[in-house]
Amino acid sequence: MGVMDRTMRGFFLSELVSGMALTLRYFFKPKVTINYPYEKGPISPRFKGEHALRRYPNGEERCIACKLCEAVCPAQAITIEAEPRDDGSRRTTRYDIDMTKCIYCGLCEEACPVDAIVEGPNFEFSTETREELLYNKDRLLANGDRWEAEIASRLAADAPYR
Amino acid sequence: MPKLTVDGIEVEVPAGTTVLQACEAAGKEIPRFCYHERLSIAGNCRMCLVELEKAPKPIASCAYPVADNMVIHTDTPGVKAARRGVMEFLLINHPLDCPICDQGGECDLQDQAVGYGFDHSRYEENKRAVKDKNLGPLIKTAMTRCIHCTRCVRFATEVAGVAELGATGRGEAMEIGTYVEHALTSELSGNMIDLCPVGALTSKPYAFVARPWELSRTDGIDATDAVGSNIRIDSRGPQVLRILPRLNEAVNEEWISDKTRFSNDGLTRRRLDKPWIREGGKLRPASWNEAFAAIAARTKGLAGDRIAALAGDMVDVEAMAALRDLMAALGSGNIDCRQDGARIDASRRDFYLFNTTIAGIEQADAALLIGTNPRREAAVLNARLRKRSLAGRFPIGLVGEGADLTYPYAHLGDGPAALAALLDGSSPFLEALKGASHPMVIIGQGAIARPDGAAVLAAAWTIAREIGALGAAWHGFNMLHMAAGRVGALDIGFLPHGGGRDRDGILAGAGNGEIDLVWLLGADEIPMDRLGRAFVVYQGHHGDAGAKRADVILPGAAYVEKDGTWVSTEGRVQRAARAVFPPGEAREDWAIIRAASAALGHALPYGDIAGVRARAEALGAGRLDAPLGGGCIDQGGPSGDPRMLGTEAFAAPVTDYYRTDAIGRASPTMAACAASVAPTSAVAAE
Repeated sequence: MGVMDRTMRGFFLSELVSGMALTLRYFFKPKVTINYPYEKGPISPRFKGEHALRRYPNGEERCIACKLCEAVCPAQAITIEAEPRDDGSRRTTRYDIDMTKCIYCGLCEEACPVDAIVEGPNFEFSTETREELLYNKDRLLANGDRWEAEIASRLAADAPYR
Repeated sequence: MPKLTVDGIEVEVPAGTTVLQACEAAGKEIPRFCYHERLSIAGNCRMCLVELEKAPKPIASCAYPVADNMVIHTDTPGVKAARRGVMEFLLINHPLDCPICDQGGECDLQDQAVGYGFDHSRYEENKRAVKDKNLGPLIKTAMTRCIHCTRCVRFATEVAGVAELGATGRGEAMEIGTYVEHALTSELSGNMIDLCPVGALTSKPYAFVARPWELSRTDGIDATDAVGSNIRIDSRGPQVLRILPRLNEAVNEEWISDKTRFSNDGLTRRRLDKPWIREGGKLRPASWNEAFAAIAARTKGLAGDRIAALAGDMVDVEAMAALRDLMAALGSGNIDCRQDGARIDASRRDFYLFNTTIAGIEQADAALLIGTNPRREAAVLNARLRKRSLAGRFPIGLVGEGADLTYPYAHLGDGPAALAALLDGSSPFLEALKGASHPMVIIGQGAIARPDGAAVLAAAWTIAREIGALGAAWHGFNMLHMAAGRVGALDIGFLPHGGGRDRDGILAGAGNGEIDLVWLLGADEIPMDRLGRAFVVYQGHHGDAGAKRADVILPGAAYVEKDGTWVSTEGRVQRAARAVFPPGEAREDWAIIRAASAALGHALPYGDIAGVRARAEALGAGRLDAPLGGGCIDQGGPSGDPRMLGTEAFAAPVTDYYRTDAIGRASPTMAACAASVAPTSAVAAE
């Protein structure tokens, strides 16, 4: 390439133009980014997000305090205490998950014989203090009530593959 | 001795054993539900099927006696298929509720279904449902889970000796239950929970509390009675959640009494967790230093004979050795461990031991019970007496309050008059005793905790000598204690010495102002109103009678909360490990006494548990490996004149079986048990 050639390219800004052309080409292509938090990407029915304790349609809590999730939890994040409820059924008096310990492996969900503890689709539960991440039974049941429709549809979608 | 081959391994077993036992001798595991070593053979679960060569079909090995030259196969495809079939049948009506079942995780059916069962069921009809039975405040039932092994029925009938359980209906309609709804009246009923191979019978107080994998296990020794049952303490965090038996053939086999098993919920209630000082008639919380200072202020300048100490029923040897030393340092010989005022002669060890040993009961061939109801005072030992009685040719005579002991006996009389008749040879039962080669005499605390106790003790020894129970190879004189700490206390001489006062003397002295300070080491069973104006230091673990009267309370540790040594009624020295820590500021008892001794200016010369143990041994405490039993070397009897017998009938020392100690009195379960038996005993009294 001669001196002349290089000078002419510089003079006519041809590199800039070709770069801008590439930009212009992508400008009209479909976008790969999304406008989070106003837009969200699709997530799998098996996505392991924030935990929730579910209820039966009649409002009865599902958890029967079998403690299998507590036993299987590799991070030992779950603490359960149980005693007979007034009607004689087996229920938890305490169901705590330390979300700072949880590694979101989903084994609790797998161990649960009654689909009570689930990891829902919610991944936006960051907090400003550590204490807020120590979930108790009320918080988990409230999560379940809030997300029940979505959790049920996820379980239904995943059911054929189980 | 027949020889047989199990899977190619040749074994020789005694005649009369079963094929199942022979397989075990060959190291083969045979699944079973109904078979249990200590119960009769039922052969109804069919899980133990094995193949016997030349037999047309698999045999139930638990019910098949061995014969010479048998060839057994335990792992052929046929055996596996048979086990799978049986398991499928057993699971037809068994609910799939393992997640809510308390047996889950330690269930024979779960384990064997995994190990020997089939992976699915072909049964698609409805499962049957059975109404739950009410067996009282200890046993929770879920009868739908029952697989009809009848272990509970056989246990109740054979070991516990209360024929209250049975099966009604046949086939699918078969149900286990009490024929008429009532709580089980046995003191050993809790063992059915251990025996039940499924979750049909579970512990009511422990219902839904924990899973077996959450518990940490500690080997302990029971201190609710003097049998010294070996127990396993299951705890989680700071709490003892349940107590189970540990196998010890010489002591409790694999049974424990209900009081041992279920009084653990008293350990978390009414506890003393900090020191208290009485000021202006009211107790106020204090620090350890304040409490010691209050005692030191009181003992300052006090003559030794104005100080006294009483040891309670559940105290370990170490604490009593330390307190004995502290009292000696303060110049006091006024110490006693006999809260009930029993006239025990501690000059020789065999005067206060169960010399025959508990296992030795099985060699005995006649027994005389004096002023004792072993069923209430030592339920597990009573099971051994019943076992011996069932074996036959075991005449038993009872002098004292008549009661249902679960075995037949001849009631010779209520009081000393019957003893006098045995002494002068006019009692017809004497023939049975004299005709026996291994007769035994068991004397209870009810017979000696009375003014003529020494005479009764001497009379019992004389009778034992007359009937030939005091041989060179057989010692048939037995004292049945009720307090776990008593024998240990007698061993180390926690008794008045150097002209000191005994329990009655201490109470009288405190009442009339001759004793100014009384140290109660877990002693709750004395009449507190007779302590007069004495300054009372109560060291113990429960807010019971002693703490109520105390001027200073030093919070101690209950029996599961300390490394301690207890000596059982047969003189067996056993050591327990700490299962949980004492609550709050409470400490181990010997350490409290050691700290107090420093505050009182008489620091004891040991600073660790090994030092205390060495000191206790120097005082006469038995060694862990000391041999038990043996014959009677000296036939000379205890002090006391058998002719000085009184006339009053022997009273039973245990009126409320479930609440004999501070832990039992604090336990809601024991209260429920006492309430459930109260109506029946009232009916029986009418």
